[in-house]
Amino acid sequence: MFWITGLFNSLAFAAVLFLLAAGFSLIFGLMRVANLTHGAFFMLGGYLATSAIGAGFWIAIVAAGAGCALLGGLVQHLLVQRLAGRELAQVLGTLGLSFIVADQCLLIWSGDPISLAPPAFLQGAARLGMFAFPLYRLFLIVVAAFVAIALWLVVERTTLGAKIRAAVDDREMARATGIPVSRLFTVVFCLGSALAGIGGALAAPVLSVYPGLDTEMLPLALLVVILGGIGSLAGALIGSVLIGIIYTFGQILLPDLSYVILFLPMVIVLAVRPEGLLGRQAA
Amino acid sequence: MKTVGIIFITAIACILPFLLPGNFYLGIATQILVYGLFAVSVNTLAGYGGMVSLGHAGFLGIAAYAYAVTSGTYGFSPWIAVGAALLIGTAAAAVFGLIALRTSGLSFLMITLALGQIVWGVAFRYTDLTNGDNGISLGRASVISADPLTLYYVCLAVLALVMVLLAAFIRSPLGAAIKGVRDQPRRMSTLGYNTWAIRYVAYLVSGFVATVSGILYVQIFQFISPHALSLTVSSEAVLMVIAGGIGTLFGPLLGAGVVVLLKNVASAYTDRWPTLLGCIFLFIIIAMPEGLLPGSKRILAGMIGSFRKGAAPSASLQPTSRAR
Amino acid sequence: MSALELNNLSKSFGGLHVISDVSFKVMEGERRLILGPNGAGKTTLFNLIAGDLAPSFGTISLAGEDVSALPTNRRAARGIGRTFQILTLFSGETVIRNVVLASLGRTSRRWKPFGSLDADEEFRASAMEILRTVMLDYIADKCVSETSYGERRRLEIAMALAQQPRLLLLDEPLAGLSKEERKGVEGLLNALPRSLTVIMIEHDMDVALGFADRIALLQNGKLLVDGSRDEVIADPRTKEAYLAE
Repeated sequence: MFWITGLFNSLAFAAVLFLLAAGFSLIFGLMRVANLTHGAFFMLGGYLATSAIGAGFWIAIVAAGAGCALLGGLVQHLLVQRLAGRELAQVLGTLGLSFIVADQCLLIWSGDPISLAPPAFLQGAARLGMFAFPLYRLFLIVVAAFVAIALWLVVERTTLGAKIRAAVDDREMARATGIPVSRLFTVVFCLGSALAGIGGALAAPVLSVYPGLDTEMLPLALLVVILGGIGSLAGALIGSVLIGIIYTFGQILLPDLSYVILFLPMVIVLAVRPEGLLGRQAA
Repeated sequence: MKTVGIIFITAIACILPFLLPGNFYLGIATQILVYGLFAVSVNTLAGYGGMVSLGHAGFLGIAAYAYAVTSGTYGFSPWIAVGAALLIGTAAAAVFGLIALRTSGLSFLMITLALGQIVWGVAFRYTDLTNGDNGISLGRASVISADPLTLYYVCLAVLALVMVLLAAFIRSPLGAAIKGVRDQPRRMSTLGYNTWAIRYVAYLVSGFVATVSGILYVQIFQFISPHALSLTVSSEAVLMVIAGGIGTLFGPLLGAGVVVLLKNVASAYTDRWPTLLGCIFLFIIIAMPEGLLPGSKRILAGMIGSFRKGAAPSASLQPTSRAR
Repeated sequence: MSALELNNLSKSFGGLHVISDVSFKVMEGERRLILGPNGAGKTTLFNLIAGDLAPSFGTISLAGEDVSALPTNRRAARGIGRTFQILTLFSGETVIRNVVLASLGRTSRRWKPFGSLDADEEFRASAMEILRTVMLDYIADKCVSETSYGERRRLEIAMALAQQPRLLLLDEPLAGLSKEERKGVEGLLNALPRSLTVIMIEHDMDVALGFADRIALLQNGKLLVDGSRDEVIADPRTKEAYLAE
């Protein structure tokens, strides 16, 4: 009973983590940019959704995604692109930006946690024998699964995906063959940021939104990416599930030390495979 | 010329308390010394080792908590607490180094950020030990001194000692090896150097200096809470380093002076320090990535009318790419 | 005794076999040339010998000792010195400082955390001597970034010599040099002590053939021909391999 419920909750949290980490991993894999604004976008998405919820749940989610996509595009265009080739400057630039975004959120939405009610049709629980699964968490898992499949299809099966893969493999070659690499980067940056925003919006009914959510979620996303392997979608999925399970059970079993046990998977994976579970080995 | 400058600055630092109008300003001056030392620890790793850590506040925090728990919660004498904090802080660096140095470049940066946040999370959640968000306050009896003037000179002495030792270390064969591994890791291993061990030494030295700064931190504030371990504090230290000039001995101190002063001035007018911090970050990175002094010189020279382009400004901000 | 012995050495990246089943011996004091068209796996072979890559299969023995599992720095300590095809120098430091770092690497003083390295007269003197042998002593205190390409190529060799190697791996020491500059480096190579075992990758046949005692010809990661200089030159497969390029 305890284990099943715990596992279910872990998967729901993993779903949120995946939405967050997939975007980060996508941007990192393609552009070698560690976008540290990602956590702030997650929080911003949550806040945008709480403000737009009057127009309906779906609109709120879309607003969160669109808002973050727009901002992500601006970041790429005005900051990241300008610092092209300067890895450290890019990271620190996005870090500086994350402070600004988080602080402006605090200014606009105040310091109190804001919770978001799930839409009526997702309230209540699905009963399966002796177990009751909250519908909304079930919904999170389904959405994450859907996003995972959609991303996989986009990357593996579409021309856009083929271009992205080509640019990941060899940027200069891709540019030489006429792929508009910088526009591609902007698209990917928007997409990744939108995923973070949507993740934050969808997580709001479960986690609620509060100042500091960004710096709480960002390291978890980094852990997911480091464990799963940078740039690997499947890796992000596995990493999310792993961290989701460890974090959720950690909070139930060892609430004081739930953070410490995050060391565990990190130490083991890095000891055996420093490039992450599904990361590409450097030649 | 350089020696004269150092003697001059040291002399100023020694008589500074008598030039300042009151204890408030003396407190700020002391803060600059402590944050300066912290920035120096980050610079040891980032500037000389080529590894930028975004989790160094973790070491400052571990040392400060170790001190506060030993002396405050358990009532040991301050000097025993200093010993305990040095030991625990350095041991933490030894363990974290093993984990973080499995990677390099941006992955290193991400891991250190995650490690720092894990420490922050422990400070926040493990309330039995850390008193959670409320933090631990220390009484006068639990610190080495509560007198502002004494504290100033203690911090100055410790900082001076660390700077002298560090300057010697950087010039030593091992220091040269650390810089060599930063610039050409592959060549270094071909020459017989154990690059991993050399990076590890740099990490340990850096962690040790951060530990010392954490002990000073808890002396001057007589208080430690999770906020001191936050990503913001780690980032401020990185900002101090790049503002002052990465990989220079005294740059981080200059950077610390600028950032601490700005923070204190700003706090009088606005609550929006994080926004301001973010803006300074962007300004430095975009406008003067080589640091404030060379950056101002370049821009000034540009304004005076020389249309010659300065040296490529990216050079000073690329230790990670060089280390990869 | 053989200075270096490769046994069934193989390396693959994913499904790509870069080196397949290469075996040969290099005797002490021998000067061995590695030939082969671009992409034959020559530099990969060097990376395997030096320890920058771990073999997928097979062993590497240095003077009778199996070093296959040792990391690069431990192999350097056993006497492997190496130059890189792509210049790998400390470009922000002076020429002499580069050489000092190289000779420091083989002493235990590299762990010394105090005392100034620049003030160490002993290192400076021995570095100066090496710079004289490569004719760079006149720019000893110049920053590497201010030197010419030809000078850097010679410094690349000086770094390897400063290691006092027993086995010297030269990866295209003439790459990109003008005719004049080649002459200088050629003289340098010929002046190397005969006791030193040298393995060289080089495309400049005039220089390379004059230098080599024996030649190994690689193609597509396989050892095609291995023998004395005249045998390999006379072998029809040599011509074929180069014509196929």
